[in-house]
Amino acid sequence: MLELIAKRFKNIPSPVDFWSLRLVEDRRQRLGVRQDVLQPITNHHGLGAYITVMDQGGLGYAATSDLSTTGLAEAFRRAMTWAKRTANTSLLSPEHITWPHQSGQYRTPVEQSWESLNLNAKIELLQDTCRRLKITDAIVDWLATLSYRASEVLFLTSAGAEITQSFYYLMPELKAVAHGGSETQIRSYGYDHARQGGLEHLDRLRFFDAPKRVAEEALQLLLAPNCPSGQMDLLLLPEQMMLQIHESIGHPLELDRILGDERNYAGSSFVTLDMFGTYPYGSTLLNVTFDPRCAAQLASYRFDDEGSLAEHTYVIRKGILKRPLGGVISQNRANLSGVANARACNWNRPPIDRMANLNLEPGDSTLEQLISQVEHGVLMDTNRSWSIDDSRNKFQFGCEYGRLIRNGELQEVVKNPNYRGISATFWRALSGVGDIGTVELMGTLNCGKGEPNQAIYVGHASPACLFTAVDVFGGV
Amino acid sequence: MPLREFFNTLADTLTTNLHSGEVLTLYFEAEDSDFIRFNRNQVRQAGSVQQLELSLDLSAGYRHATGRCHLVGDLNNDLPPVQSLLAALRDQRRFIPEDPYLFYATAGYNTETMEEEDLPRVEVVLKDILTVAAGLDLVGLWAGGRLYRGFANSLGQYNWYSTGNFNFDWSCYHGGGGAVKSQYAGTSWDPIHLEHKMQRVREQLGLFHRPAKVLPPGRYRVYLAPTALMEIFSLLGWSGFGLKSHRTQQTPLLKMAQGKRLLHPLVNLSEYPGGGVVPCFTETGFQKPERIRLITQGAYQDCLVSPRSSKEYGIPVNAGSEIPQSLDLAPGRLKTNEVCENLEKGIYITNLWYSNFSDPNDARITGMTRYACFWVEGGKPQAPIDVMRFDESWYQMFGDNLLGLTTEREFLLDPNTYERRSLSSFRLPGALVDKFTLTL
Repeated sequence: MLELIAKRFKNIPSPVDFWSLRLVEDRRQRLGVRQDVLQPITNHHGLGAYITVMDQGGLGYAATSDLSTTGLAEAFRRAMTWAKRTANTSLLSPEHITWPHQSGQYRTPVEQSWESLNLNAKIELLQDTCRRLKITDAIVDWLATLSYRASEVLFLTSAGAEITQSFYYLMPELKAVAHGGSETQIRSYGYDHARQGGLEHLDRLRFFDAPKRVAEEALQLLLAPNCPSGQMDLLLLPEQMMLQIHESIGHPLELDRILGDERNYAGSSFVTLDMFGTYPYGSTLLNVTFDPRCAAQLASYRFDDEGSLAEHTYVIRKGILKRPLGGVISQNRANLSGVANARACNWNRPPIDRMANLNLEPGDSTLEQLISQVEHGVLMDTNRSWSIDDSRNKFQFGCEYGRLIRNGELQEVVKNPNYRGISATFWRALSGVGDIGTVELMGTLNCGKGEPNQAIYVGHASPACLFTAVDVFGGV
Repeated sequence: MPLREFFNTLADTLTTNLHSGEVLTLYFEAEDSDFIRFNRNQVRQAGSVQQLELSLDLSAGYRHATGRCHLVGDLNNDLPPVQSLLAALRDQRRFIPEDPYLFYATAGYNTETMEEEDLPRVEVVLKDILTVAAGLDLVGLWAGGRLYRGFANSLGQYNWYSTGNFNFDWSCYHGGGGAVKSQYAGTSWDPIHLEHKMQRVREQLGLFHRPAKVLPPGRYRVYLAPTALMEIFSLLGWSGFGLKSHRTQQTPLLKMAQGKRLLHPLVNLSEYPGGGVVPCFTETGFQKPERIRLITQGAYQDCLVSPRSSKEYGIPVNAGSEIPQSLDLAPGRLKTNEVCENLEKGIYITNLWYSNFSDPNDARITGMTRYACFWVEGGKPQAPIDVMRFDESWYQMFGDNLLGLTTEREFLLDPNTYERRSLSSFRLPGALVDKFTLTL
C-alpha cells in the first residue's frame, strides 16, 4: 500500500531544493473487559502522508489523509507555499542543514503475533483475567485490557533516503479499585510495561498471574496508614524510576526545549548549552544511555523521522552530563552532537526532539542489599501523580504503593506516598543502584509535548535506585 | 463535493447495504488547519494539516464492534476501504458477547449548524504577529482553519456542525527567564485587538525588570486569574464530574458527592454546551441539553452521563463523554479592578501549570506557578515571584478559604491540539483565595 502511494508521489514534479515524504499506516485494536463485561472492541486504521519542502531558504510542511494523486500534489503545493512564506522569517537556516540520506529497514521481532490467537480466545483470556481481580466486595471497579498496534512507516527524501520501518506494539493493563467509607485506593499493573513485540510478552510480564496480587495490594492500601512525613531514604522501584528518569532527565535534556521551542507549552530546561561535558548531573553512580537497540523496548527504531541512524550513546556517564537529546535540526542550531531522536507521533505532526529509549544503566546491588542499607526510609512503586516546573527542576511525584523500611528490613504497607525535590540536587543524592536482576523495561504511551500537540511512546529501562535524605510525605 | 454532502452520501451508501437487523452509526471528524509555530518571534515550524476521520459502530441486537479510519474525501477512493472495515466489524461480531450497555440515539432529530466565518489569510496573520511583536522574544502557536463534525445513522438521523476559528496562544519572555502569556482566539482577525493584547503583555513584562521576590513555603492570600483556574478545572474535569467515576468511587469529589463536604455557596458550576463552541449532538447521536448543573451553591448536584453509563446506572444521557467540554463557573461580586487591593499582601497568580492530584481522596492538588505571577502589596504588583509549588485541597480552595469570585469572566478556548484541534472551552471568573499553601 505505502509503496503504491509513494509511487504516486514520485510522479509529482518537484522543482525544490529538498523534499521528504513520510507515509504512515497504522492498525490498532483494543480489547477491554470491565467488571466482567466486554467493552466495545475498537479497531483503528490510520493512513496519511507528511510532506516537507525546503526551498529558497524556507521550510514548510503539509500533512494529508487524501492520498490520491491529486491530494498528494495539493499537499506538496501547500508545503511549497509554506516554504516560500517563511523564507525570510524562519528561525532556521535550512540550507545549512545536512539532511541524512541513509537507506535501510527495521522490523520489530515478534515471536507470537496478535493474530496468532483468534479474537474469541483473546476475549476469553481477558474475561478470565478480569474475573480474578474481583476478590472481595471492596473491589468496586476492575478491568483488564489488551491492545496492539502495528505501524508501517515509509520515509523518502529527494536526497535519496529510502527507509521502511515496521513496529509492532503490545499494551496490557490491569486495574483494581478498592473502596471503603470515603477512601478509594487504586492499584494497577501493565500500562507502563507496554512493549514492542507480540503476545510472548504476556508470559514474561506474568500478566495472567498478576490479578490476585494487584487486587490484594489495592485492599492492603485501603487499610494502610498514610505514608509518614519527613526526610528519609527513598527506594524507588522501576515502575516509579521510569517517571523519575522521564521527567527529570529526559525532558530537561531535550535540545529543542533548551533552545526555547517549547517555552510556551511544555517548558524550557534548567540545563543550558554550556553544561554539556562538565556538569555533574548526579552522583558518580548515575549512568544514562540513549539506546534504540533493545528490540522489546517501546521506542526502539533504526532511524528517526528525519532519517538519522539511531545509535547507542551515553548522555550521562559517571554522573557527568555528556550530550543532549536532539535531532539533526537541533544539533545544527546548537552546534552540539546529539542523538537520532527527531520523532513525530503520527503522519499529521512534524518531528520534534523526543527522548525515545532513555535508560538508567544497572549497578551492582541486589534489591536486598539496597534495602539493607536503609535505616529509616520508604520504598515506593508505580507512579500515580506527576508534577514538575517548566524548567524541569522542582518536582513532586506520588506513587500508588509504599512500604516502610526500618533497620534494613521491609515493613508495613503505607498509602498515599509522595515525595518532592529539585532535579539538580536529587540525582546527586543517588546512593545505590540495583543490579541487572532489578531492571525492568518500562515506558510511557502518552508523553505530551509540541505545538501542535503530540503524545508519543517513549521507553525507559531502569533498575531499583536508592536516594538519601528525600522530602517524603503522605495524605491528609 | 462539499464535506457535508460527501458525508451524507457516504452514510446513505453504507446504510443501504446493511444486512437485515443491522444498525450502523457514523461519526465524522475533519479539519483543515494551518499551524504556525514561533520561537524568538521567528517561524520555527509552519504547515497545514488536512484530515478526515470516520468512526463506525455496527450492531445487530446487542452485539456490536466499532472501527475508525482516515478518509480521502472522495467516494470512489473511500468506499472500498470503508466497506472492507464494515465487513471486518461484521465478522468480529460473531465472537462478541452481547453488550448490556450498548446505547445509541433513536429519536431521529436532525440538525445543521454551519458557521461561515471570514477567517484571516495566513500571510496577513504572519505579518501582523511579527510586526506587533517586534523586539520581543515571542514563542507560541497560531492555529486556525475549519473544523467539521457529523453524525448519521441507519435510522435516518443526520447532524452536521462546521465552524471556523483561530487560536493564537503565545508567551513573551523576559531575558531573565520570566514570561507573560496571552491568547487571542476568535473567528475574525483584528490587528488592533492583537496590538492591544500585545501592549498589555509589554506592560507586564516591564515588571520583570525588578528582582524576583523569593517566597518561603507557607500559606498566602492569592488571586487565581481565570487562566489559572482553567488549569485546576481541566484537572478536575478528567475524573471529577462523570457518573461512572462517582458510582465507582473514583471521583476526587467523592466526599462532596457523599454530602460530607460542601464548597462555598458562591460556587455554581455547569457544563454549558449552549455557551461553548461544541456541536449540539454527541458521537452517538444524542442531543445535548442546554445546561447541566454540576455544583449548585457549593453542593454537588448532577453528573455528566455518557450513553454507556446511562444504561449501566439507569440515569438519562446528558453528554457524549464524561469530561466537560464547555465548563461555566458563575461570576461573583468582586470587581477585577479591586483584586490587588483585596489581596493586601499576596500573590497575583496568572497561570498555574502541570497540576495533578497529590491525594485524590481529599481532592488535594499540586502544581506550579508559571508565567507572570506577582507579589502584590499596597494595592499594586511589586515584583515577579520565583516559580513555586502549591499543594492544596480543592475543598479548602473553593470552600472555607474562598474569599470571592470576580464579576467579570473570561471565555477561554482550549488551545490543545492532540490528534486534532480541540473544541473545548471555559467561561471562568477569577478567584480570591486565602491561606493557599505553597510548599517548595
